[in-house]
Amino acid sequence: MAALSPGNQGVRLAVRYLVLILIALIFIFPLLFMLMNSLKPTEQLLADTSSLRAFLPVGDLSLDNYVDAFKRAPVGTFVFNSVLVTGVTVIASLFICSLAAFSFVFLDWVGRGILLSIILATLIIPFETIAIPLLLIVSKLPWFGLNGLEIGWLNTYRVQIIPWIADGLTIFLFVQYFKDLPSELVEAARVEGASWWQVYRRVIMPLSGPVLATGAILKFLVMYNQYLWPLIVVQEESYRPVMVGLGYFFQLNVAWGEVMAYLSLITLPVLAFYLALQRAFIASIASTGVKG
Amino acid sequence: MRKLALLAGTIFIGLAHGASAETALKMWYHGAGNEVESKLINQIVADFNASQDDWSVSLESFPQGAYNDSVVAAALAGNLPDILDVDGPVMPNWAWAGYLQPLPIDESVIADFLPGPKGYWDGKLYSVGLWDAAVALVTRKSILEKYGIRTPTLDKPWTGAEFNEILAKLKASGDFEYPLDLGMAWTGEWYPYAFSPLLQSFGGDIVDRDTYASADGKLNGDAALAFGEWWQSLFKDGMTPGTSQDPADRDNGFNEGKYAIAWNGNWAATGMLKVYGDDLLFLPAPDFGSGPKIGAASWQFGVSSASKHPDGAAAFIEFALQDKYLAAFSDGIGLIPATPTAAAMTENYKEGGPLAVFFDLSKAQAVLRPVTPGYVVQAKVFEKAMADIANGADVADTLDAAVDEIDSDIEKNQGYGHQS
Repeated sequence: MAALSPGNQGVRLAVRYLVLILIALIFIFPLLFMLMNSLKPTEQLLADTSSLRAFLPVGDLSLDNYVDAFKRAPVGTFVFNSVLVTGVTVIASLFICSLAAFSFVFLDWVGRGILLSIILATLIIPFETIAIPLLLIVSKLPWFGLNGLEIGWLNTYRVQIIPWIADGLTIFLFVQYFKDLPSELVEAARVEGASWWQVYRRVIMPLSGPVLATGAILKFLVMYNQYLWPLIVVQEESYRPVMVGLGYFFQLNVAWGEVMAYLSLITLPVLAFYLALQRAFIASIASTGVKG
Repeated sequence: MRKLALLAGTIFIGLAHGASAETALKMWYHGAGNEVESKLINQIVADFNASQDDWSVSLESFPQGAYNDSVVAAALAGNLPDILDVDGPVMPNWAWAGYLQPLPIDESVIADFLPGPKGYWDGKLYSVGLWDAAVALVTRKSILEKYGIRTPTLDKPWTGAEFNEILAKLKASGDFEYPLDLGMAWTGEWYPYAFSPLLQSFGGDIVDRDTYASADGKLNGDAALAFGEWWQSLFKDGMTPGTSQDPADRDNGFNEGKYAIAWNGNWAATGMLKVYGDDLLFLPAPDFGSGPKIGAASWQFGVSSASKHPDGAAAFIEFALQDKYLAAFSDGIGLIPATPTAAAMTENYKEGGPLAVFFDLSKAQAVLRPVTPGYVVQAKVFEKAMADIANGADVADTLDAAVDEIDSDIEKNQGYGHQS
């Protein structure tokens, strides 16, 4: 095969970067649109939508939409609720699902294959189909709290967290990852006298950074974008998450500038979380890709 | 003895305290995010709580888009509050489904109310609203003068033929992107609310109101077919933007001069007045043969079936029906106050007020959407049929399919409790 001349290589590199830049722009345009228009009055925003001005910081720019968004809705409460519910669910989910996966991969017990199949089968059931039965269940569940025995979980944080902790996808991710870890590590630890808990805690989990990051990001997105479930189980404003809060801005005359400001505000935690775990997430995707 | 006296004293204080304790009532409202509306409804709640010692109402507001789903979910979970607000056409469904109980108020209080805000189902009053909403043809005096078009009145609205000629004339002028804006970008309840009165003016309807057992002959009869052909011609001939209309154009197109006439509601009127001032005209719906018609009924208050204190809930609703609150809501959010006396107290709807015509339109032309629990399904079927016909679907086939869907739903629900 003939070697590429330095000139050809340069052209190829330039084309490759051009394509990548174009793809990046396509993905970044919605975010840019949101940010730029959050700074414009609604009339200007509507006038700009049909031109490139919609993506540029031009015209009458101010932070008024942000101020008005905070006046219209308790934005801080909604963001706090979503971050709390999402944060607790992600941590609990990683712990419970990794334990389940550990049990499926490393422990030998009767029926684990069938049970794993059943768990994986839940992946094809859309949440909407079980929302009503689940609502009926949680509305009658008991809870022992500071006020003693209470019946019904509606209008609480726990109703937004507990049903979402364990899920088939996260367990599947951990199972696949654990299967690819060298079994010699586990065997050596057991020979050295480590308990199963110690194997999980000191051998497996320290090696599971990429899958933890992937599971965390996927779970974070699911939880942060929750709409239907909180809509039907939370009637009190003090427990509402960000996506239900978005409805506050859709009045008869939609204040689009405020919508963009609100969206920009609620996107910040997602971006921060993704950037924090970006390296591990990419490492996980890359390792999956190499094997595939 | 001293201990006995102390005990008796304690019991007496306890009883006295118990006798004066207020009973808590919960209320849900659809206006979260609307600063003006929230302020008004909170004011009514505060005034009611201060006016007596028997009941204490606490308010929970929801975003309008999520409200109905939240109520249905709460009904399933047995978690309904005492007082609900409900959109007028949805009320029969909630009453039939057992979410609401009849409203035990003195009906003489609402004798002067417009028909739209009174929510009757199965012969019983279930809900009452503080306001109504109305739709009109909105245009400019200067346009009518320029093109030599007659100004229609309540007594002598445009006929269907006259309306078509006007649209053709405006279209031929080339001065506008479209001569008419029907608001096709506003999907959802706007379609049956704004467009089914046009069908009714042709002599058709969404369902047969005599029996509520079928849509056959009403939604696919000769009158409905004539309406469907006319409806499709509006889009085919480029008289009005279609279903792909940009929502921004719906909001601002008329104000920017893109459209000569808009079919729009009184809630949008104040924005238009700001742009065109005295040049603006609100005109009655055209008469396509069976009289000019517009939609009616907006949000109303009712008592949930779960309430153990319907008397307290009704006391609150009756309290809220005072003219001063009707007028305050109207001034605040631009809707039509339910009574003439309240209208006279408002800036917009008092005699000679810029929007007074809407009160007259509502009184003279308003037709309730079908008063049946099946309306919630029928509205969606109608919306789809209107969009399909606008997009070029065969009129007769589309209306026949809509009738089949509506009839099948009625059958599935055993007639929705209507006595046939």
